[in-house]
Amino acid sequence: MVDFDVVDLPEHDAPEPGDTAPDFTRPLVNDEFWEDASLSDLTADGPVLLVFHTMAGAFPATYVWNELRDRGVPEDVQTVGVSISSPYEHKSFLEERGVDARLFSDPAAGVAADYDLEHDLDGMAGVTEHRPAVFLLDEVRTVQYRWVADEWPDFPDYEELADALAGL
Amino acid sequence: MSDEQPAITLYRLQACPYCERVVRTLDEQGLAYQSRFVEPMHSDRNVVKRVSGKRSVPAIVDDNTGVTMSESANIVEYLENTYGEGA
Repeated sequence: MVDFDVVDLPEHDAPEPGDTAPDFTRPLVNDEFWEDASLSDLTADGPVLLVFHTMAGAFPATYVWNELRDRGVPEDVQTVGVSISSPYEHKSFLEERGVDARLFSDPAAGVAADYDLEHDLDGMAGVTEHRPAVFLLDEVRTVQYRWVADEWPDFPDYEELADALAGL
Repeated sequence: MSDEQPAITLYRLQACPYCERVVRTLDEQGLAYQSRFVEPMHSDRNVVKRVSGKRSVPAIVDDNTGVTMSESANIVEYLENTYGEGA
Protein backbone atom coordinates (compact mmCIF):
# COMPACT_ATOMS: atom_id res chain seq x y z
CA MET A 1 0.00 0.00 0.00
CA VAL A 2 0.93 3.65 0.06
CA ASP A 3 3.41 5.14 2.59
CA PHE A 4 1.11 7.93 3.75
CA ASP A 5 -2.19 8.06 5.61
CA VAL A 6 -5.26 7.51 3.46
CA VAL A 7 -8.17 9.86 4.19
CA ASP A 8 -10.40 8.53 6.99
CA LEU A 9 -14.16 8.83 6.59
CA PRO A 10 -16.25 10.07 9.54
CA GLU A 11 -18.34 8.05 12.01
CA HIS A 12 -21.69 6.90 10.70
CA ASP A 13 -24.89 5.32 11.93
CA ALA A 14 -25.65 2.95 9.02
CA PRO A 15 -27.94 -0.05 9.65
CA GLU A 16 -26.14 -2.88 11.46
CA PRO A 17 -26.70 -6.64 11.42
CA GLY A 18 -30.11 -7.26 12.99
CA ASP A 19 -31.49 -3.86 11.93
CA THR A 20 -34.13 -3.49 9.23
CA ALA A 21 -32.69 -1.72 6.22
CA PRO A 22 -34.75 1.35 5.21
CA ASP A 23 -37.02 0.71 2.23
CA PHE A 24 -36.90 3.02 -0.77
CA THR A 25 -38.24 3.33 -4.31
CA ARG A 26 -36.05 4.49 -7.19
CA PRO A 27 -35.65 3.75 -10.91
CA LEU A 28 -34.06 0.31 -11.15
CA VAL A 29 -31.95 -0.10 -14.28
CA ASN A 30 -31.19 -3.30 -16.16
CA ASP A 31 -29.40 -3.65 -19.49
CA GLU A 32 -32.61 -2.89 -21.43
CA PHE A 33 -34.84 -0.46 -19.51
CA TRP A 34 -35.60 1.05 -16.14
CA GLU A 35 -38.69 1.27 -13.99
CA ASP A 36 -39.52 2.32 -10.45
CA ALA A 37 -38.94 -0.50 -7.99
CA SER A 38 -38.79 -0.81 -4.22
CA LEU A 39 -36.10 -2.57 -2.26
CA SER A 40 -38.91 -4.46 -0.50
CA ASP A 41 -40.14 -5.76 -3.90
CA LEU A 42 -36.73 -7.34 -4.40
CA THR A 43 -36.32 -8.78 -0.91
CA ALA A 44 -39.82 -10.30 -1.21
CA ASP A 45 -38.27 -12.50 -3.91
CA GLY A 46 -35.31 -13.54 -1.73
CA PRO A 47 -32.11 -12.22 -0.15
CA VAL A 48 -30.52 -9.14 -1.70
CA LEU A 49 -26.97 -7.87 -1.76
CA LEU A 50 -27.26 -4.07 -1.75
CA VAL A 51 -24.10 -2.32 -2.92
CA PHE A 52 -23.56 1.42 -2.46
CA HIS A 53 -20.91 2.67 -4.84
CA THR A 54 -19.40 5.72 -6.49
CA MET A 55 -20.77 7.26 -9.67
CA ALA A 56 -20.07 5.41 -12.90
CA GLY A 57 -16.69 6.41 -14.32
CA ALA A 58 -14.93 6.63 -10.98
CA PHE A 59 -12.56 3.68 -10.62
CA PRO A 60 -14.03 2.30 -7.35
CA ALA A 61 -17.32 1.56 -9.14
CA THR A 62 -15.40 -0.29 -11.86
CA TYR A 63 -13.28 -2.23 -9.36
CA VAL A 64 -16.14 -3.34 -7.12
CA TRP A 65 -18.38 -4.48 -9.98
CA ASN A 66 -15.55 -6.25 -11.81
CA GLU A 67 -14.76 -8.12 -8.60
CA LEU A 68 -18.39 -9.06 -7.88
CA ARG A 69 -18.82 -10.15 -11.50
CA ASP A 70 -15.62 -12.22 -11.54
CA ARG A 71 -16.56 -13.91 -8.27
CA GLY A 72 -19.98 -14.83 -9.67
CA VAL A 73 -21.79 -13.03 -6.85
CA PRO A 74 -24.77 -11.86 -8.99
CA GLU A 75 -25.39 -15.52 -9.87
CA ASP A 76 -25.49 -16.48 -6.17
CA VAL A 77 -27.75 -13.72 -4.85
CA GLN A 78 -29.89 -10.89 -6.25
CA THR A 79 -27.31 -8.13 -6.45
CA VAL A 80 -28.29 -4.48 -6.84
CA GLY A 81 -26.22 -1.33 -6.81
CA VAL A 82 -27.08 2.22 -5.80
CA SER A 83 -25.32 5.36 -6.99
CA ILE A 84 -26.02 8.91 -8.11
CA SER A 85 -25.47 8.00 -11.77
CA SER A 86 -28.37 8.58 -14.14
CA PRO A 87 -30.27 5.60 -15.58
CA TYR A 88 -28.53 6.21 -18.92
CA GLU A 89 -25.09 5.96 -17.28
CA HIS A 90 -26.11 2.88 -15.32
CA LYS A 91 -27.30 1.14 -18.47
CA SER A 92 -24.04 1.88 -20.32
CA PHE A 93 -22.05 0.73 -17.29
CA LEU A 94 -23.82 -2.64 -17.14
CA GLU A 95 -23.30 -3.17 -20.87
CA GLU A 96 -19.65 -2.12 -20.86
CA ARG A 97 -18.72 -4.21 -17.82
CA GLY A 98 -20.84 -7.24 -18.70
CA VAL A 99 -22.37 -7.17 -15.24
CA ASP A 100 -25.50 -9.26 -14.69
CA ALA A 101 -27.01 -7.03 -12.01
CA ARG A 102 -29.41 -4.14 -11.67
CA LEU A 103 -28.62 -0.64 -10.44
CA PHE A 104 -30.80 1.89 -8.62
CA SER A 105 -30.43 5.49 -9.75
CA ASP A 106 -30.47 7.93 -6.82
CA PRO A 107 -29.16 11.24 -8.22
CA ALA A 108 -30.15 13.32 -5.17
CA ALA A 109 -28.54 10.74 -2.81
CA GLY A 110 -31.71 10.52 -0.71
CA VAL A 111 -31.05 6.83 -0.10
CA ALA A 112 -27.57 7.72 1.14
CA ALA A 113 -29.20 10.12 3.63
CA ASP A 114 -31.65 7.42 4.80
CA TYR A 115 -28.72 5.07 5.49
CA ASP A 116 -26.51 7.82 7.02
CA LEU A 117 -23.96 7.20 4.28
CA GLU A 118 -23.79 10.54 2.51
CA HIS A 119 -20.40 11.38 1.09
CA ASP A 120 -19.84 15.01 0.11
CA LEU A 121 -17.19 15.00 -2.57
CA ASP A 122 -14.30 17.38 -1.95
CA GLY A 123 -13.64 19.52 -5.00
CA MET A 124 -17.02 18.75 -6.63
CA ALA A 125 -19.21 21.48 -5.20
CA GLY A 126 -22.77 20.41 -4.49
CA VAL A 127 -22.15 16.74 -5.28
CA THR A 128 -23.05 14.20 -2.62
CA GLU A 129 -22.81 10.51 -3.41
CA HIS A 130 -23.10 7.19 -1.60
CA ARG A 131 -20.29 6.15 0.71
CA PRO A 132 -19.15 2.71 -0.46
CA ALA A 133 -20.94 0.01 1.53
CA VAL A 134 -22.41 -3.46 1.20
CA PHE A 135 -25.51 -4.84 2.93
CA LEU A 136 -26.66 -8.45 2.75
CA LEU A 137 -30.41 -8.48 3.44
CA ASP A 138 -32.81 -11.33 4.07
CA GLU A 139 -36.43 -11.57 2.83
CA VAL A 140 -37.68 -8.99 5.35
CA ARG A 141 -34.75 -6.58 4.86
CA THR A 142 -32.97 -7.59 8.06
CA VAL A 143 -29.27 -6.87 7.72
CA GLN A 144 -27.31 -10.15 7.83
CA TYR A 145 -23.92 -8.68 7.01
CA ARG A 146 -22.58 -5.18 6.58
CA TRP A 147 -19.42 -3.58 5.35
CA VAL A 148 -18.93 0.22 5.24
CA ALA A 149 -15.93 2.09 3.85
CA ASP A 150 -13.74 3.60 6.60
CA GLU A 151 -11.30 5.24 4.23
CA TRP A 152 -11.41 6.98 0.88
CA PRO A 153 -11.04 4.85 -1.13
CA ASP A 154 -11.85 1.54 0.54
CA PHE A 155 -13.06 -1.78 -0.83
CA PRO A 156 -15.27 -4.57 0.53
CA ASP A 157 -13.71 -7.59 2.22
CA TYR A 158 -14.72 -10.08 -0.44
CA GLU A 159 -13.74 -13.15 1.61
CA GLU A 160 -15.89 -12.02 4.52
CA LEU A 161 -18.71 -11.32 2.07
CA ALA A 162 -18.35 -14.81 0.58
CA ASP A 163 -18.65 -16.31 4.07
CA ALA A 164 -21.78 -14.24 4.73
CA LEU A 165 -23.30 -15.41 1.43
CA ALA A 166 -22.47 -19.01 2.27
CA GLY A 167 -24.27 -18.55 5.59
CA LEU A 168 -27.59 -17.52 4.01
CA MET B 1 -41.59 -7.12 -9.41
CA SER B 2 -44.26 -7.19 -6.73
CA ASP B 3 -47.75 -8.66 -6.96
CA GLU B 4 -49.22 -5.17 -6.79
CA GLN B 5 -47.73 -4.23 -10.16
CA PRO B 6 -50.30 -2.36 -12.28
CA ALA B 7 -51.86 -4.35 -15.13
CA ILE B 8 -50.78 -1.79 -17.71
CA THR B 9 -47.11 -1.38 -18.64
CA LEU B 10 -46.11 1.63 -20.73
CA TYR B 11 -42.84 1.53 -22.65
CA ARG B 12 -41.77 5.12 -23.06
CA LEU B 13 -38.96 7.48 -23.87
CA GLN B 14 -38.14 10.46 -21.69
CA ALA B 15 -39.63 13.70 -23.15
CA CYS B 16 -41.33 11.91 -26.06
CA PRO B 17 -44.52 13.87 -26.84
CA TYR B 18 -46.32 10.80 -28.21
CA CYS B 19 -45.60 9.01 -24.94
CA GLU B 20 -46.87 11.98 -22.91
CA ARG B 21 -50.04 11.92 -24.97
CA VAL B 22 -50.65 8.33 -23.84
CA VAL B 23 -49.83 9.25 -20.23
CA ARG B 24 -52.44 12.01 -20.37
CA THR B 25 -55.07 9.53 -21.53
CA LEU B 26 -54.08 7.01 -18.85
CA ASP B 27 -54.42 9.75 -16.24
CA GLU B 28 -57.75 10.92 -17.65
CA GLN B 29 -59.09 7.38 -17.37
CA GLY B 30 -57.68 7.02 -13.85
CA LEU B 31 -55.64 3.99 -14.88
CA ALA B 32 -52.63 2.79 -12.90
CA TYR B 33 -49.63 1.98 -15.06
CA GLN B 34 -45.98 1.04 -14.69
CA SER B 35 -43.54 3.07 -16.78
CA ARG B 36 -40.57 1.34 -18.38
CA PHE B 37 -38.10 3.78 -19.90
CA VAL B 38 -35.94 2.86 -22.88
CA GLU B 39 -33.22 4.76 -24.73
CA PRO B 40 -33.51 7.09 -27.73
CA MET B 41 -31.45 4.81 -30.00
CA HIS B 42 -33.77 2.46 -31.88
CA SER B 43 -31.12 -0.26 -31.86
CA ASP B 44 -31.18 -0.17 -28.03
CA ARG B 45 -34.86 -1.05 -27.82
CA ASN B 46 -34.88 -4.82 -28.23
CA VAL B 47 -37.12 -5.21 -25.22
CA VAL B 48 -39.86 -3.21 -26.97
CA LYS B 49 -39.43 -5.26 -30.14
CA ARG B 50 -39.76 -8.52 -28.19
CA VAL B 51 -42.94 -7.27 -26.55
CA SER B 52 -44.70 -5.50 -29.41
CA GLY B 53 -42.95 -6.66 -32.58
CA LYS B 54 -41.70 -3.11 -33.26
CA ARG B 55 -39.08 -0.86 -31.70
CA SER B 56 -41.35 2.19 -31.64
CA VAL B 57 -42.59 3.85 -28.45
CA PRO B 58 -45.00 4.43 -26.90
CA ALA B 59 -46.10 0.85 -26.58
CA ILE B 60 -48.42 -0.59 -23.97
CA VAL B 61 -49.06 -4.04 -22.60
CA ASP B 62 -52.44 -4.42 -20.92
CA ASP B 63 -52.66 -7.58 -18.82
CA ASN B 64 -56.36 -6.89 -18.20
CA THR B 65 -57.18 -7.62 -21.83
CA GLY B 66 -54.03 -9.30 -23.17
CA VAL B 67 -53.61 -6.43 -25.63
CA THR B 68 -50.20 -5.17 -26.75
CA MET B 69 -50.17 -2.08 -28.92
CA SER B 70 -47.95 0.61 -30.49
CA GLU B 71 -48.65 4.04 -32.03
CA SER B 72 -50.06 6.72 -29.73
CA ALA B 73 -53.25 7.37 -31.73
CA ASN B 74 -54.12 3.67 -31.66
CA ILE B 75 -53.34 3.42 -27.96
CA VAL B 76 -55.44 6.47 -27.07
CA GLU B 77 -58.36 5.12 -29.08
CA TYR B 78 -57.99 1.70 -27.46
CA LEU B 79 -57.87 3.14 -23.94
CA GLU B 80 -60.91 5.34 -24.51
CA ASN B 81 -62.89 2.51 -26.08
CA THR B 82 -61.91 0.03 -23.37
CA TYR B 83 -61.99 2.18 -20.25
CA GLY B 84 -63.82 5.38 -21.27
CA GLU B 85 -67.30 6.51 -20.24
CA GLY B 86 -68.97 4.85 -23.22
CA ALA B 87 -67.13 1.54 -22.80
